[in-house]
Amino acid sequence: MNRRNFLKIGMAAGTTLLLPAQFAWAAKNGTPPKRLIVVMLRGAIDGLSVVVPYAEDNYYRLRSSIAIAKPGDTDGALDLDGRFGLHPALEMLMPFWQQKQLAFIQASGSTDPTRSHFEAQAYMETGQPGVKRASDGWMNRLLGFMPDEKSVLQAVSLGPMLPRIFSGVQDVSTVPLGRQAGRATVMDKPGINAAFDRMYEDSDALSAAYRQGRKSREQVLSDLNSDPVSPESNVADNGAPPPAGFALDASQLAILVRRNPGMQLAFAQLGGWDTHVGQGGAKGQLANRLRSLGQGLKTLASDLGPEWSHTVVVVMSEFGRTARQNGTNGTDHGHGNAMWVMGGPVAGGKVYGEWPGLDDAQLHEGRDLAITTDFRSVLTEICERHLQVDSERLAAVFPNAPKTPASILNRLIGA
Amino acid sequence: MRISLFGKSLLLLGLICAVPASHAQTGKKADSSVQAAPSVSAKELQALHVLNRLGYGPSPGDIDRVLQKGVEAYIQQQLHPESLQMSAALSERLMAVPDIHSTDAALYADYGPPQRKAAAGDQAKIKAVTQRQNQVADAAREAHLLRAVYSPAQLQETMVDFWFNHFNVFAGKGQETKIWTGNFERDAIRPHVFGRFRDLLGATAKHPAMLNYLDNQKSTSERIAKNGKKLGGLNENYAREVMELHTLGVDDGYTQADVTALARIFTGWGYDPKRLVDGVDPAFFFNSKKHDENEKKFLGNTFAAGGGEEEGERALDLLAAHPATTRHLSYKIAQYFVADSPPPQLVEKLAKRWRETGGDVGKVLDTLFKSPEFWSADAVGKKFKTPWQYLVSSLRATGLPMVTNVKPLLGMLRQNGQTLYGCTTPDGYKNTQAEWLNSDALILRLNFANALGSGNLPLWKSLPTAAASSMSADDNAGMMAMIEKQPELTASKARAADPFLMQAALGNAFSQNTLDAWAIARPQLRAGLILGSPEFMRR
Repeated sequence: MNRRNFLKIGMAAGTTLLLPAQFAWAAKNGTPPKRLIVVMLRGAIDGLSVVVPYAEDNYYRLRSSIAIAKPGDTDGALDLDGRFGLHPALEMLMPFWQQKQLAFIQASGSTDPTRSHFEAQAYMETGQPGVKRASDGWMNRLLGFMPDEKSVLQAVSLGPMLPRIFSGVQDVSTVPLGRQAGRATVMDKPGINAAFDRMYEDSDALSAAYRQGRKSREQVLSDLNSDPVSPESNVADNGAPPPAGFALDASQLAILVRRNPGMQLAFAQLGGWDTHVGQGGAKGQLANRLRSLGQGLKTLASDLGPEWSHTVVVVMSEFGRTARQNGTNGTDHGHGNAMWVMGGPVAGGKVYGEWPGLDDAQLHEGRDLAITTDFRSVLTEICERHLQVDSERLAAVFPNAPKTPASILNRLIGA
Repeated sequence: MRISLFGKSLLLLGLICAVPASHAQTGKKADSSVQAAPSVSAKELQALHVLNRLGYGPSPGDIDRVLQKGVEAYIQQQLHPESLQMSAALSERLMAVPDIHSTDAALYADYGPPQRKAAAGDQAKIKAVTQRQNQVADAAREAHLLRAVYSPAQLQETMVDFWFNHFNVFAGKGQETKIWTGNFERDAIRPHVFGRFRDLLGATAKHPAMLNYLDNQKSTSERIAKNGKKLGGLNENYAREVMELHTLGVDDGYTQADVTALARIFTGWGYDPKRLVDGVDPAFFFNSKKHDENEKKFLGNTFAAGGGEEEGERALDLLAAHPATTRHLSYKIAQYFVADSPPPQLVEKLAKRWRETGGDVGKVLDTLFKSPEFWSADAVGKKFKTPWQYLVSSLRATGLPMVTNVKPLLGMLRQNGQTLYGCTTPDGYKNTQAEWLNSDALILRLNFANALGSGNLPLWKSLPTAAASSMSADDNAGMMAMIEKQPELTASKARAADPFLMQAALGNAFSQNTLDAWAIARPQLRAGLILGSPEFMRR
């Protein structure tokens, strides 16, 4: 973990000098590392199909062909709390709900009014809605305040590109997706990579990335070739291969966590949620995606083993979709959405947040679910109560974030 | 041969490029331009810069060719590529690529939904139809790659890359976009890359690939059927993205009401499957039955009721001429050709030229290539290559014979996160370092560099074996495993690159650090080290 730049963070955030938490936490040695895994659903998932407000008559009026039926009806939602139901394709997550390890924050999101995917994603990743010039990601800033675990895999991003949420001065390891992650390549041969090391011994961004890549590859290769992936991650879905292979990635991520408990922050992303056309209901396009996501989350939880009790998983998306279905049996870009929070430390079994209602008059700009909980409130709550980052540092991770109204997110994190 | 004697500095190129004499601005020398160091030809490095920025980098002999012609004349020729003849070998290869010469209608009838329908639920037949659709897309990918690597009209190819990503469509969207993506590039992008922006905008708006990809094909006015049931309705996907991405830029001067109005304006813009099956070309068809005939207010303008198809044209006129579009496009062009964060004064200069010429892209580019910012030390050799640019420039630098099997190259792009025609979202692939540099990205590139350099990529079918690679089979097992195994490749042959030829092709412009690394490495690693050098990661 690279600490040389932590001074810059304090200065960039315009705050007084903040030391990495390792100094403040010296007394806490011996406590197991806490962990946050963020799964971002790019393209704006339809939260009203995930946490279904089945008690609202207007939900069924606005969505004549794509609504999820009430619990008890054919292909109906799975009842959560008498007001909301879970999409039936996420049935595999119900045990987590029952064990109170899964919670939702309905009507949450970024209060910036943009309906641009790219702008809204950027705001959610920089943690600074409305600030167009913000460049580094909140997970990178957060990393600067986490205790140093001396692991090259302290912060991991799955996939070939480093997302905005992780960009910034702290070093983050990108790990390939799928089986490729564990395969040895030419550059893993000492006789060959030594020659390249010599060319990348400078202090510039390329050399830094190269060195981080060499170290993390070494670790990932060794880890993934020591433990087998969970057999469940290979199970075909009704004979078809898993749509996005997320279960395999989740299983591999779990191996890396088990072998590197110092992994504190991880990020994964899934696309394909921009369902303008033929979204489907209990079955169809969105249902298939949800099943793949749910299977991956279940695999992650079970494969993490004892580490699950130190892990919080957040699933979030840039905005929700129109409350009213559009002319092509889909939904267009909307506003409020549901955030998912899972993990051992979560006080789950509850739909958090104030429900703004779905009557025509209650809709944001007459078309979308309104937002009553800022996404940063949820994230700060997790950072504060789970990762135990103090409020001064949190102010640098999420500058100008609204204060969490205690009544809304009270005890989202149980421990 | 000149050998660079500089210390370890990646700024080498930047130190040496001054604005060519013919471009010197009167009374003002660009502050950051520095005199050429005595042992390296400044002209040579200027040539290298235009080859790297206008095109995909030098092939052996290119620097000399540019010098012979003159840098300024080379730029003008690239801006007016009519006189540039592609090689007979390349034209023959392109002629032989199947399906890339077909009309939209023929592709639709031969490979599209009618074929899927004819399969009548037979899984084996459906699979065969899907395979044929994939082959159509792969043929277009092959043609795209061959042109990028081997066409002498290099600026045309980079502008195709620029505009394709600006007006991105995703070949994986569905059957229709998959078979039409190649034609979208051929008919909507390629003919207009140096032309008027309005022409590009219109051609992309009406192309069936775009109409399918951003759903306008399915967007209709809402009608009430005789039984009182609502039929159809708006889909605002294209209306939003054409403003946010193609023209005005995000949140610059439009509201949700404008998005809805524009979606209504574009109702009826689409294609008609029946006409396609009958072979009618072009595919665009305005269906007045789907069009919303009511009055609309768009960007402060009233569109009187009953405007029909022309409403869409008028909306595109407004968008193309809008000051926000000028700003947005000037910034993107400057970012692609100069720097990730382009100098504001350059963007303003391009915007001025854009306004003066009514969005004439060729003229804007001409201004850009004459600007001191383009030649500044802050720009030269500083753009981090995208995986695509890295791939194409690598192939060019080796000077190896024209590849006949592009599958391992398409695989490399997929692995690096830049699948050709594979950007799922309409914003297209970015070209910034922040987007593409990360810890694993360089390792992936270096694996490719080693495999290409040492001749272990099966890029040639049934060619005689070149000098056998001196790397052990064991060395390359990993790389071979990385490239997806294709049964038809078992008879393929590979060739190693000549490091000395490559070094000269790249103008010997390497830091001392890099040269030292080469000096102590095994000779058989040298070609891979050249392609894998920090200098070659940038352009």
